[in-house]
Amino acid sequence: MSAISAEVDAGAAAARSAAARPRRFGALFVFEHRFTTARRTWTSNVVPALGLPVLYLFAMGLGLGSLIGGGSGAQDLGGVSYLVFVAPALLTAAAFQTASEEFIFPIRLGFKWNPTFFGMNSAPLSPGQIIDGNVLYTSARITANSLIYYLLMLAFGAAPSGWGILSVFAALLTALSFGGPLCAYICSLEKDASQETLVLRFIVMPLTLFSGTYFPLSLMPIYLQWIGWMSPLWHGTQLARDATYGLGEPAWLIAVHLVYLLATFVVGWQIARRLSRKKLNK
Amino acid sequence: MSVPVASLVTMPAPVIIARDLAKRFGEVEAVGGVSFEVAAGESFGLLGPNGAGKSTTMRMVGAVSPRTGGELSILGLDPDRNGPEIRSQLGVVPQTDNLDFELPVLDNVIVYGRYFGLPRKLIKQRAGELLEFAQLTEKSKTRIDDLSGGMKRRLTIARALINDPKILLLDEPTTGLDPQARHILWDRLFRLKEQGTTLVLTTHYMDEAEQLCDRLIVVDHGRIMAEGTPASLIRQYSSREVLELRFGSGRNGEAAQKLAGIGDRVEELPDRVLIYADDGEAALEAVRARGLEALTSLVRRASLEDVFLRLTGRSLIE
Repeated sequence: MSAISAEVDAGAAAARSAAARPRRFGALFVFEHRFTTARRTWTSNVVPALGLPVLYLFAMGLGLGSLIGGGSGAQDLGGVSYLVFVAPALLTAAAFQTASEEFIFPIRLGFKWNPTFFGMNSAPLSPGQIIDGNVLYTSARITANSLIYYLLMLAFGAAPSGWGILSVFAALLTALSFGGPLCAYICSLEKDASQETLVLRFIVMPLTLFSGTYFPLSLMPIYLQWIGWMSPLWHGTQLARDATYGLGEPAWLIAVHLVYLLATFVVGWQIARRLSRKKLNK
Repeated sequence: MSVPVASLVTMPAPVIIARDLAKRFGEVEAVGGVSFEVAAGESFGLLGPNGAGKSTTMRMVGAVSPRTGGELSILGLDPDRNGPEIRSQLGVVPQTDNLDFELPVLDNVIVYGRYFGLPRKLIKQRAGELLEFAQLTEKSKTRIDDLSGGMKRRLTIARALINDPKILLLDEPTTGLDPQARHILWDRLFRLKEQGTTLVLTTHYMDEAEQLCDRLIVVDHGRIMAEGTPASLIRQYSSREVLELRFGSGRNGEAAQKLAGIGDRVEELPDRVLIYADDGEAALEAVRARGLEALTSLVRRASLEDVFLRLTGRSLIE
């Protein structure tokens, strides 16, 4: 072996050992970066996470709910109070809302407005790991927020079933099911044309209203019900209701909710990973 | 190998080897087959105008842009297969800063160090030293928005050194900086060069290339026009001195006609006429002897700018 090739081999060996940790834990390092950033603005995360559920549970559950007690309304709600009916939906809607922000702005920021993703990628991190790290961070944030929400629901007496804690999982699935495809869409953007506002206004807002959140989907005219069937929020909300008060859905329908939520997430997430590679590794 | 072993010990192995390296974006050929080698400890430059393919070459060397033709080896590894391995050994200073605006100076260096999987304790120790090196210690808690352009660049360089890289890639390190900030930056880069860091930099400033590069390639339209040390390129493609004459707008062309034969070569530019001659003062005398009086005249030493002009017929900065 010549001196040159020995020197080159030593360099290559050093590179291999240095890249071992980033190859394995790269997504966690991205998560860490997001967490470091969030810690600096923790009040703007924590105050809404505590305050909004209280406001919504009061206003919707107790306030609006007091108008709906008894009569034909109670029948449509399946025999539970409006508070119990609406609380799991408020939980999933909050997760849905957080996901729609977290999968738009930080992603767009990293690719375009403050292109930190390019910096991560010029270090050993791969485009896929960058997406994974963001998904991890958002998942952690939504899980934490949903847990807080659930504990407040308990305090309001809005989650009677012993299985209620599973609604946190339903909320996370709702967020990821919408977040995966949304993240892919944001990864596909080249130019700025306020696409984010359009998504929030024409997708997030209508889906929140037409996904059986504030009233059962079955009360909608049949020609509008398809919006709910397509909506991750409806599937997730139904699951959350199954968990918090036993909606009584058949097992196959629960399976449909789960498969739909998981499949939309996985497909969107994988497309986002691919698109991010296209963008960062032109 | 027929090379005697003794010479192998003194000759550092190349850390970058490019052979006919090419990159196409659809129909557009950004880099059309370039070949070069960079030895460990060398300071190597890519000099060329905007759009010459310098940044694309840097991105391929940085293992973030797959090549579409030719061979490329960084530290003995192929970027197509070993991107993360190669990037773990590089420091990258991109053309546009991508510091995180939501984090202060020190945190920017720390999160970046974590991308390499380095232990926190080591990162904190190095980050302190690097901020010292970048003359940013007092700014460690400052927001990125409140830094000047020169400080941001120095921070980007400090950040790029957090993994103690084998090769530092700098894409247009001083573009957009004022003269004072450029000199501070050059001083820092020169120190790195003295410490034996391998530097690869692109620039369209000939003074930068002359100051920092041991060796460089002149690139235009994705191809290598010439290769050598700054001094040898100037010797090869230019006379020792250059006489610059300005006759006023619209009159340079007419004057250039009458200057034929003075010096080695006469070059007409829109705003001035250049006469290449080993003795600039003598050339100026010859011009006056022909009865031509320029509005301004200047004798200077030849630079890489002249090399580029000679090779391409265009100036570097247009």
